[in-house]
Amino acid sequence: MKKHYLNHLRELESESIYVLREVAAQFERPVMLFSGGKDSIVMYHLARKAFWPANVPFPLLHIDTGHNFAETLEFRDQLMEKTGGQCIVRLVQDSINAGRAVEEKGVNASRNVLQTVTLLDAIEEFKFDAAMGGGRRDEEKARAKERFFSHRDEFGQWDPKNQRPELWNIFNGKKRMGEHFRVFPLSNWTEMDVWQYILMEDVEMPSLYYTHKREVFFRDGVWLAMAPFMQLKPGESAGVRDVRCRTIGDITCTGLTLSSANTLEDIILEVASTRVTERGGRYDDKRSESAMEDRKKEGYF
Amino acid sequence: MESNHRGYLDMELLRFTTAGSVDDGKSTLIGRLLYDSKAIFEDQLEAIERASKRKGEETINLSLLTDGLRAEREQGITIDVAYRYFATPKRKFIIADTPGHIQYTRNMVTGASTANAAVILVDARNGVVEQTIRHSYIASLLRIPHVIICINKMDLVDFDEKVFENIRKQYEDIAPMLDMVDVRFVPVSALLGDNVVDRSGNMPWYDGPTLMHLLESIHIRNDENYLDYRFPVQYVIRPQKQEFHDYRGYAGRIAAGSFCPGDAIVVLPSGHTSRIKSVGTFNGPLNEAFAPQSVTITLEDDIDISRGDMLAKNENPPQVSQDIELDICWLNQKPMQLNGRYIVRHTSNEARCIVKEVIYKVNINSIEKDYQDRQFAMNEIGRIKIRTARPLIFDSYRRNRITGSLVLIEEGTNETVGAGMIV
Ligand SMILES: Nc1nc2c(ncn2[C@@H]2O[C@H](COP(=O)(O)OP(=O)(O)O)[C@@H](O)[C@H]2O)c(=O)[nH]1
Repeated sequence: MKKHYLNHLRELESESIYVLREVAAQFERPVMLFSGGKDSIVMYHLARKAFWPANVPFPLLHIDTGHNFAETLEFRDQLMEKTGGQCIVRLVQDSINAGRAVEEKGVNASRNVLQTVTLLDAIEEFKFDAAMGGGRRDEEKARAKERFFSHRDEFGQWDPKNQRPELWNIFNGKKRMGEHFRVFPLSNWTEMDVWQYILMEDVEMPSLYYTHKREVFFRDGVWLAMAPFMQLKPGESAGVRDVRCRTIGDITCTGLTLSSANTLEDIILEVASTRVTERGGRYDDKRSESAMEDRKKEGYF
Repeated sequence: MESNHRGYLDMELLRFTTAGSVDDGKSTLIGRLLYDSKAIFEDQLEAIERASKRKGEETINLSLLTDGLRAEREQGITIDVAYRYFATPKRKFIIADTPGHIQYTRNMVTGASTANAAVILVDARNGVVEQTIRHSYIASLLRIPHVIICINKMDLVDFDEKVFENIRKQYEDIAPMLDMVDVRFVPVSALLGDNVVDRSGNMPWYDGPTLMHLLESIHIRNDENYLDYRFPVQYVIRPQKQEFHDYRGYAGRIAAGSFCPGDAIVVLPSGHTSRIKSVGTFNGPLNEAFAPQSVTITLEDDIDISRGDMLAKNENPPQVSQDIELDICWLNQKPMQLNGRYIVRHTSNEARCIVKEVIYKVNINSIEKDYQDRQFAMNEIGRIKIRTARPLIFDSYRRNRITGSLVLIEEGTNETVGAGMIV
């Protein structure tokens, strides 16, 4: 019976495509959040597959903290040009200028928390009723119980006690005026699945994921990239190393991995042998054990 | 390793759910599976070591690994379904971890709805208890194809074969009431690791497979329905592009059977017939697609088809009806209203419905039917009849878990309040 065999990646793909089509069918103004990281690139790739030969029937939205790697923005623009996608960009800087968000101070300042303001404002501006994100349940404890369709109240907040049961493949996207949904098509994928899928489908990735030389410094067990807006503490010093990104986000909180991996195969081997979770390298999660959970409740993922 | 990573691209996916009474050792067992299969990362391990120390425990407490949100950590109980992931070179696993607490039947039903297998824990010292029957009943109601009864804490009964055999007999006595297809028994010690991933030296009398070996090898490929032919239309694709001017693609996930170009099909509920012109994906056309693949189908004829319709075969039709009998598990604090109005969601379809009749309720601890009680409170299970405003196109749940399942949604709050399995 080799005939009816779907490997785990094809089964996950099938499930995610099903979810993406459900979003297009159930919502009037969906949007796909794009961070420039591998998960959102894979999610966009799946969306192109889900609606082929038509174009993806919703825009992408990138909340730009102003602290992105230059490579991320370049990659985003090229990807949109190549695929005919539409990406709306909203700047955290604009929220700060408008007085809607206040910049953090000090050496550990990050705009990660401020993103929430800009994101919720953009959702309001465009009246988006569903925002798809590349979150995966394996990333972090607080996400293990997340639904595919995650209901948010009119303040964009997530109430862990009041989530709808999700059975079989039936998704309930019904909502009242002003409420919206976050949808996570990659819920059941792991970091390994994502890389294997990228290899299997030959999905193009930003150069940041491969080894490159970069000026970095070491803080609280994490390698961070040097940038004009990063301040060194006394005793810290920056030097050039061979590094790659394991996740891509805001420069202020993206931990880099010392690595010489320069092919997808190398990366998969590295992921297979690594003993630290992806989020273990995220500087923002180190702030407290429940950091992620708190940000979710506020309306960030 | 070097040559192996491409092999990793070809694993099967097994979804399983776990159930047990509080303190039977479910968290420890899952922690053990993850730990012994090296699915735990160092930073996670450090975090639970820190937490174990804080709680004043000497050895690391594997059960802390599966512990979720802060509110629950504070209350010290898990109250929702949590999904966990691990892989061995043979399979990728998704665990739907559901708490054993009595009022959370709905969580087990939720976790069971997508599972290929159920792992049910029994404390070797207590044997088959009410909760074992309840969990087994839910596994059977939800038609989980494979059930593994893990008799845990064997270390506390001196790894005694007689204890294991007695519990197995106890269980086999109730099994006929439960209508289960494939049941296995494994004696384990989750705490010490015996027969979880590694074979136990303490139970030489047991020559069956370890739990992990079972999970890696139970045959799941035939669990999909390849006998029927069902394609619920999920979304209609109409590219606004010159080169696809007349293209109308029907997107969906195959719910049963295999679909090939040339197949004669009938569209329900309209009854129009046509032939499949192409079965397409982004990666190119397919000669055959099968459940549970997501594909896009085009037809030879231009017929009006929309979301909620179903492609099937004339000689193998699903049922089409407005009067539907189903087993229901009530999920909401507000009890079910007899003659109440709800929205039913079924495949890609949605309709209003009225609860017409309560046939019986099931006492899930004794599996006895109660024909008197009409009240369905949260976590209660029974059989009802509904009438829908429009016909649904369905099969019995026993025949097909996708075309046979539905949920009820409350109109005002939009909450999912009931999980239904069509009889
Ligand atoms: N002796 C022994 N104790 C066990 C075993 N499995 C679990 N326990 C203990 O039983 C208690 C409850 O276990 P836990 O995993 O938290 O149970 P849960 O409520 O089912 O998740 C804990 O103190 C465990 O250490 C076992 O195989 N042998």
